[in-house]
Amino acid sequence: MIKILLFAHLQEAVGKGEIQLEIGQTTVEQLKAELQQKYRIAGLEHVMIAINEEYALDNSIINPGDTVAFIPPVSGG
Amino acid sequence: MSDALFEIVDVPVRIEQLIKKVERRKAGAITTFIGTVREWTKGRRTIFLEYQAYIPMAIKMLAAIGEEVETKWPETRIAITHRIGRLEISEIAVGIAVSSPHRKAAYEANEYAIERIKQIVPIWKKEHWDDGETWIGDQLENVPYSSGFPSVEEVES
Repeated sequence: MIKILLFAHLQEAVGKGEIQLEIGQTTVEQLKAELQQKYRIAGLEHVMIAINEEYALDNSIINPGDTVAFIPPVSGG
Repeated sequence: MSDALFEIVDVPVRIEQLIKKVERRKAGAITTFIGTVREWTKGRRTIFLEYQAYIPMAIKMLAAIGEEVETKWPETRIAITHRIGRLEISEIAVGIAVSSPHRKAAYEANEYAIERIKQIVPIWKKEHWDDGETWIGDQLENVPYSSGFPSVEEVES
């Protein structure tokens, strides 16, 4: 199982801040594609991914048990 | 607010407390940056702002900025507090204090820190305008996503 965290407009688009996905090992790119399809959310190519609170790349490996955060362009400050 | 140098809080940011965190006998200067909620942005009126953070990672990234600062300006000490939740006009969204033996490093490090916050710290701002609401979605904080999502043109402009 993978825990997915959503923020800002993504959270509003999907209607919740957290999703549990019953999938095995995957990559950032594959997970993005899966979410894009499942929840019909656009613009994920501009969203950064953090695996267990560290920024990751498109080809980074995601393992069951990981927490994956979808991080839209940030606007703090 | 606690004694931690890097904090995300949901209560008002107290600048005196931030200054205390970086005070040292060898400091000859302390600079503070106070980011406040602006009422007017390009002719559009803000009623209030709402900030959201991925809190544990945001704290980590603030600490990472602190490490960058202390590497670039070795004699400095920095503390950063960012507030989340609903903020009214003129309230403090972020406070940064930097101490150093001489003022130049304190000024430079402080400006560097706010620029980095806007680039890497997972915090988002939602503008509640008098005619709608928008999650602000670019790192320069001036291109809101018109549809709620960035178009290619919006991101690349």
